[in-house]
Amino acid sequence: MKIAVVGAGPAGVRAVERLVAAGLRPMWLDEAPDGGGRVYQRPPPGLKRDPRTLYGFEAKRANALHGALDALKAKTHWRPDTLVWNIDPRARTLELLHGSHQETVGFDAALLCTGAMDRIIPIPGWTRPGVTTLGAAQIALKTQGCAIGERVALLGTGPLLWLLAYQYLKAGVRIAAVLDTTAFAHKAKAAPALMGGGAVFAKGLYYMAAVRARGVKIYEGIEPLAIEATAERVTGLSFRTRKGYPCSVRCDAVAMGWGLKPEAQLADLAGVPFRFDDLQHAWIPERDGAGRTPVAGIYLAGDGAGIGGAEVAELAGARAALALLEDTAHAVDAPTVAALDARLAALATFRAALEQAFPFPAALARDVPDAAVVCRCEGVTAGEVRGMAGAAPTGIARELNRAKSITRLGMGRCQGRVCGQAGADILAAALHMDVAAIGRLRAQAPVKPVPFTAQAAE
Amino acid sequence: MKLKRVRDAARPEIALTLDGQPMTGQAGDTLLTALLSAEGGFLNTNPFLNEPRAGFCYMGACQDCWVDVDGRGRVRACSTLAEPGMSVRRL
Amino acid sequence: MTWIETDVLIIGAGGAGTSAALHLARRGVRCVLLERGLVGGQASGVNYGGVRQQGRHPAELPIARRSMTLWHALKDLAGTDAEFTVSGHLKLARDAAEEADLIAYMEIAKRHDLPLRLIGRNALHDDYPWLGPAALVGSLAPEDGSANPRLLVPALARAARAAGAQIREHAEVTAFSHDRRGFQVIANGTAWRAPWLINTAGYWGGAVAAAFGEPVPVTPLNPNMMVTEPLPYFMEPNLGVVGGNVYLRQIPRGNVVIGGGNGTSDPAVPWSRPSAEETRAAMALATALVPRLSGANVIRTWTGIDGEMPDHIPVIGESHTTPMLLHAFGFSGHGFQLGPGVGQILSELVIDGRTDVPLEPFDIGRWTGKAA
Repeated sequence: MKIAVVGAGPAGVRAVERLVAAGLRPMWLDEAPDGGGRVYQRPPPGLKRDPRTLYGFEAKRANALHGALDALKAKTHWRPDTLVWNIDPRARTLELLHGSHQETVGFDAALLCTGAMDRIIPIPGWTRPGVTTLGAAQIALKTQGCAIGERVALLGTGPLLWLLAYQYLKAGVRIAAVLDTTAFAHKAKAAPALMGGGAVFAKGLYYMAAVRARGVKIYEGIEPLAIEATAERVTGLSFRTRKGYPCSVRCDAVAMGWGLKPEAQLADLAGVPFRFDDLQHAWIPERDGAGRTPVAGIYLAGDGAGIGGAEVAELAGARAALALLEDTAHAVDAPTVAALDARLAALATFRAALEQAFPFPAALARDVPDAAVVCRCEGVTAGEVRGMAGAAPTGIARELNRAKSITRLGMGRCQGRVCGQAGADILAAALHMDVAAIGRLRAQAPVKPVPFTAQAAE
Repeated sequence: MKLKRVRDAARPEIALTLDGQPMTGQAGDTLLTALLSAEGGFLNTNPFLNEPRAGFCYMGACQDCWVDVDGRGRVRACSTLAEPGMSVRRL
Repeated sequence: MTWIETDVLIIGAGGAGTSAALHLARRGVRCVLLERGLVGGQASGVNYGGVRQQGRHPAELPIARRSMTLWHALKDLAGTDAEFTVSGHLKLARDAAEEADLIAYMEIAKRHDLPLRLIGRNALHDDYPWLGPAALVGSLAPEDGSANPRLLVPALARAARAAGAQIREHAEVTAFSHDRRGFQVIANGTAWRAPWLINTAGYWGGAVAAAFGEPVPVTPLNPNMMVTEPLPYFMEPNLGVVGGNVYLRQIPRGNVVIGGGNGTSDPAVPWSRPSAEETRAAMALATALVPRLSGANVIRTWTGIDGEMPDHIPVIGESHTTPMLLHAFGFSGHGFQLGPGVGQILSELVIDGRTDVPLEPFDIGRWTGKAA
């Protein structure tokens, strides 16, 4: 039986662990040279790998995960530096790209652990050099020992905003300001519901308190207005305070992000249906608590199936592997399954509370000014997207893929990864429709750019 | 933009060229790090807005950091290690 | 069930159907266009975008010439030119047999006043230095070009509505009948009645024809398409080859659109997917013609559902079983350029009872064996 696991982050590692323990030898595919995903991303050779410095409170988990990953490679068909750019659920094949070499492989069952990326709001100036996602700012520090600038403004909301602020402070980086679109009062009100998060909640509080204690300028409940920049660099970020006063901070870099959203393109190509999750304000692939999808032979785990965080990813990976094993007539230990289910359910409650504590400010996305660039690949502005509500000669486009095909939103190299949700919020508002009613950008292969090769694949 | 080295910042230097001009990075840098470690760094010019870009997500998702490396073809700067002697061209 | 009366019912909002609605409405005829999905959502919206006359079966050339006039008037007709560009169509021969084919077509072109210019090997590579050695000889059609297939039909639809046509999307026709009062169709809970019915339902036009007792052998055709990232602009003409196993064009923004081979589909759903293998094969053929494409990134692939006829020309004209039923479907992968003209011709058949474009070669009787 041919099992393919896509992704070697926390979900993929724990999934493979269960599969190998059951005597299987899955094909294990990951785009990075050495696995680890994002939270536990390992720096390239040549850089120091002190776990406490890199992963802080997560050092123990990171070590355990990396240890497991390294031990498992030899027990699988380990395929690093490999992009899975297409999946055909009928033919049960994957299309792979390794360097410039393409290959088609078959599978009987596939477990997709494809992770997530930051969710953004396209404020004016966001495409300039010096503006990155929160995730990017963290990756720069963790894996390259760099901050994104000398005087960095951190903008957005969510646990990552505060974690990054803490990590940058610890690394001695000057933080121009932390700008959280969620008001302090809102977070405080949400705190009791977060108590169930145990260590995760405690760590979050610690980060926030540490940042506050260090005298970093903090603004909460703000509305970002624009990022100012010259040709060479970012110079500042203007915003409105919670009380509505215009304000700005000088900075030479801005890291922005409002939580995460799943990278679910392969799930889409695999035919998994999606539903719009109001709390996550995102289209989420359908799966049950165990990671089974409505498509036979396709399983999902980790942030790629819906944002849950690294701890949830490990549990979900293990759980989905057990579901796969159950479905393929392998014995599984019922108490183990029950314990995983219970822990996942408990953490789900915490995750929901976390989403509520740091809500995605959809109104900010909706109100992006006409001149602001929404699709950074193709240079499509918010005004052009709004034109789909009737002004354009092609009439009204009440569906996101139709709007894409006319405005070119999402037709660039990133295929709507970055701009898709904001574009949807803008279009839905212009149409006076619910964002869930205008559909979602349909994934099209290849999920990432694939180079022309002079020869067809063998 | 200019990335600021704050940790592990004394690795062996490696020499590259960017659009024919010499640049130095450090062993272990990605191309993105090496190419953005000097003032006014950028990786490509967006042809529709005619503006410089320097990547965005640093994790291979946003596709805004593609560069051309002699002998290698087009690569994402964020997920490609800088190697001594690489000749990089902006798209 | 509510019954709504109109003068003409049109099934299928591709290029032909939407153009028919526009032309009927402009001449004051009430019409209702019913579309199971979104206008231009199938073949008309996913095709390569070639706006060409060169290479067509000679029977199609009068329609193509008529349609070309409309393409040039599109800005006035539909408020946008749909990025129609007269970039020239350069059809290439890669061996002696293909070259003979090109030369033979020059005769057909001459008879139909289609200006073509044969370009020999040296001139070809001088004029187009980016062509690879695989390209031996070319035939240039300077009046041909390309347009953006995603813009045409939505623009025609908006213009048709503005002219008074009713267009209903998400309105799959689930029942047909006909009596001396005319046609009745049911779509999405509404029943429509009209003395005229126009069948422009693409691949599914075969099912409509069958419902009226004249089945034809139309099969699904799924052109396998891909597009590259934006590349520096260098390729002006729309490129094709004899036999059509690859075709490519560069849009002014720089992306190169390439087609070749077939994807897969299930028209009953409808569902369609491009094929990775066909994509790779087309990449290889394209690179042989244009070597500098090597190393460029493909960022998206797609396909859709068109209707293929065994003789590769469509069914156009009057029904043989039912008066006031007109067919126009089965465009076999090359209906995009014809759409505007076919729609206008259909409106002439309804209003004037005739058209000056010869339609005999497209008669449905060639399949059903029935006399008109």
